Amino acid sequence: MYNLAANFRLAACRHHGNARTRSDMARLEWLQRQIEGIKEEHVIENRYVIALVEHSAAVRLQSWFRGCQVRARLRLLHRKATIIQKVWRGFRARNQFRQMVKVSLLFRPNKIFLLIQRRWRGYYVRKYIHNYYALKRYLEGLTIKNEQVRKDLEEFAELQRREMERLAREREGQRKCLQAQRLHFLLSTEQCPGVFNSPYRDFPHEMELRLRSIKPLLAKNAPLRRDSGGSPACSLPPVPSKKPQGPFRDPAEVLQQRYRPLEPTLRVATSITALEEAREELRREEWRSRVIDDIFQPFSNAHKNRKYERTLHGTSSYEQVDYGTKYFREENKEKRQGEKPFKTVFTTDHVFDKFGQFYSSAGKIV
Amino acid sequence: IQLEVGFRPQSLEPLLLDVVPTIQQTAALALGRLASYNDDLAEAVVKGEILPQLVYSLAEQNRFYKKAAAFVLRAVAKHSPQLAQAVVDCGALDALVVSLEDFDPGVKEAAAWALDYIACHNGELSQAVVDAGAVPLLVLCIQEPELAVKRIAASALNDIAKHSPELAQTVVDAGAIAHLAQMILNPDAKLKRQVFSALSQISKHSVDLAEMVVEAEVFPAVLTSLKDPDEHVRKNATTLIREIAKHTPELSQMIVNAGGVAAVIDYLGDSRGNVRLSGIMMLGYVAAHSENLAMAVIVSKGVPQLAICLAEETEDHIRSATAWALGQIGRHSPEHARAVAMANVLPRLLAFYMDAQSSDDLQAKAKKALKSILQKCTYVPALEPLLHEAPSNILKHVICQFSKVLLHDSKARRLFVTSGGLKKVQEIKAEPGSLLQEYINSINNCFPEEICSYLCFLFALEQLSCFQTLPSNQQECF
Repeated sequence: MYNLAANFRLAACRHHGNARTRSDMARLEWLQRQIEGIKEEHVIENRYVIALVEHSAAVRLQSWFRGCQVRARLRLLHRKATIIQKVWRGFRARNQFRQMVKVSLLFRPNKIFLLIQRRWRGYYVRKYIHNYYALKRYLEGLTIKNEQVRKDLEEFAELQRREMERLAREREGQRKCLQAQRLHFLLSTEQCPGVFNSPYRDFPHEMELRLRSIKPLLAKNAPLRRDSGGSPACSLPPVPSKKPQGPFRDPAEVLQQRYRPLEPTLRVATSITALEEAREELRREEWRSRVIDDIFQPFSNAHKNRKYERTLHGTSSYEQVDYGTKYFREENKEKRQGEKPFKTVFTTDHVFDKFGQFYSSAGKIV
Repeated sequence: IQLEVGFRPQSLEPLLLDVVPTIQQTAALALGRLASYNDDLAEAVVKGEILPQLVYSLAEQNRFYKKAAAFVLRAVAKHSPQLAQAVVDCGALDALVVSLEDFDPGVKEAAAWALDYIACHNGELSQAVVDAGAVPLLVLCIQEPELAVKRIAASALNDIAKHSPELAQTVVDAGAIAHLAQMILNPDAKLKRQVFSALSQISKHSVDLAEMVVEAEVFPAVLTSLKDPDEHVRKNATTLIREIAKHTPELSQMIVNAGGVAAVIDYLGDSRGNVRLSGIMMLGYVAAHSENLAMAVIVSKGVPQLAICLAEETEDHIRSATAWALGQIGRHSPEHARAVAMANVLPRLLAFYMDAQSSDDLQAKAKKALKSILQKCTYVPALEPLLHEAPSNILKHVICQFSKVLLHDSKARRLFVTSGGLKKVQEIKAEPGSLLQEYINSINNCFPEEICSYLCFLFALEQLSCFQTLPSNQQECF
């Protein structure tokens, strides 16, 4: 209904939009005054329908609101009931629990304290007095170590024994070899079988085989039985004691020539360091004959025979302190921030300016 | 040279002063041989005032003469302390010490040997040798390359150090231990004998000296020497280990940890006779210190070996040492006593104790060992044979142990009755109120009344039957 009026106004404005005359305006005013009347008419005509609609809308709103209220109330009640039940159940349960505890304490023997004592005693004994398992482990380790040591010692003894056997065998072999070399003349020949090669034997003796295999021993190569100081380096031919027949020199001459002592020249005989040695000799002579070792002090220095003793303050156990040798004044720069530096030069003293000039010496009076 | 009465060494004196040096040397050598042969000849040499002459020429002459003169001095000094004192009084010590510094190793050897024989008799002579300043020179001689000089120097240090702790300390202060320890690895057997002997003489005096020897790192090398082919080297090595082990538990613990106990037990198995003594004593000392060490000895299978030694050896002193060692092992706790008893040792110890022919030492040690083992023994099969054979003072301990064991063990009780032990207990007469009677009562309380009275009855019957066989007049008396 109201749209109708609005449409009407719109349409009127569109129609008369461009030419807004006074009559159009009046007409617009009159039309607008009519809107209210139309509205009232509409309402009066449809009052039953409108009332119905309004009524149902109102009912709906109210029912929704009532619903909210009721629900809120129910929720509240629900919550309160829960609280009451909660409190009550807790009360009941705690009572029951106390009852149970009372019953159990009365009838069951309690052994917790024994457990604590047991554990403590075991710990204390094992830690401070005697740890059985540690001892057991140690003894097991000891048996293993003993086995190891025994095995090692056995091996060592075996090695030593083998070594000694080997040495003995070698020595035996050498001895037999030497014997064979010495008895080489017993080797059998084609004509005459040797001692070790008897014709009645099936096969020759091992000595015979040995004799066959080695070279005979010459006198000059024989190993010396006695340990003598003769060096093998001097292998000159021997000098016979009597002059042999023929164009040979007298043995005495030969011996003289062979054993003539060395006669080096003086230049060869002096050592390279002869000069230094002579100087050393002189120094030693001088030192030996010197009676007094202190240096002779001239009289002016006679009193300066004391070594200067440093103060304890100036020396330390590790090194000399610089204070006292390099500088003599302690300086704390932090304390002397604002002060002026120390003056090393002072104002001159005028006392002696006129020294030698005050005294009259024939007219030089100042 | 077998010369009897009628020969006087003075007749050699003019030869000593001869011009030709060879004659002097030969005369000195002859004198030395004579003196070394016989006590009286040595005294005659001393009385003939030849020694001062020799000492004087020791300082001046060539090396052959020095060797011969030192040989004479040593030959004289070796017989007795008085002769050695006579040699010292001639002022020989200074001359010998001077010849220790000579270049020739033969002279050094002869001088060191003479000093050795002088020092070996007693403490004062050793102190005189030390005061002459011989020890640092002997330590230098040990470092020489020649074997003979090393041997003699080691032997001289050995003889000096053995008399007292101060002398041993002097030897140690001269730095001897390090050099001796190095020479352990030398292949020569005689040298090793002397070295081990010297180290054991040093370490036997006090704990500090023993610790110094140990710090020289001898230990693994000593164990290998226990397998040396030469018997005396092994013996001296065992002696060294014994001297170190006897001082404190820590040293014994160190030896045990290095496997020394196993090595010594093997050594005991391989050797026979007198040389076992130091090994047995070593085990005894180790076990005596604490029960853990005794358990270590048991674990290393020491007890069977000691039982074998006890059975095999015939000498009384070795047997008493073995008895002592077993007592030390078994006395600590029931476990130890059980290990010792299981080796079937107790009857043998009892036999030694009862045997009238064993020496007093052996009897005393066997008794002490038995007592100490029995006081801890709870092993019934070993106790039973003793019940039948032991005299009353040992029987007391046996009964005491039975009373402790039978209280708790029912199977043992049954065995006790069936084997006839309870019967034997009834037969024992004891004074009422004595300890033995108390033990017997406690044993009887373990069994039901009827059994005890039945056995008493049996015993009485037996006694009666013995009396039945007696002649009639004695029966009337009864």
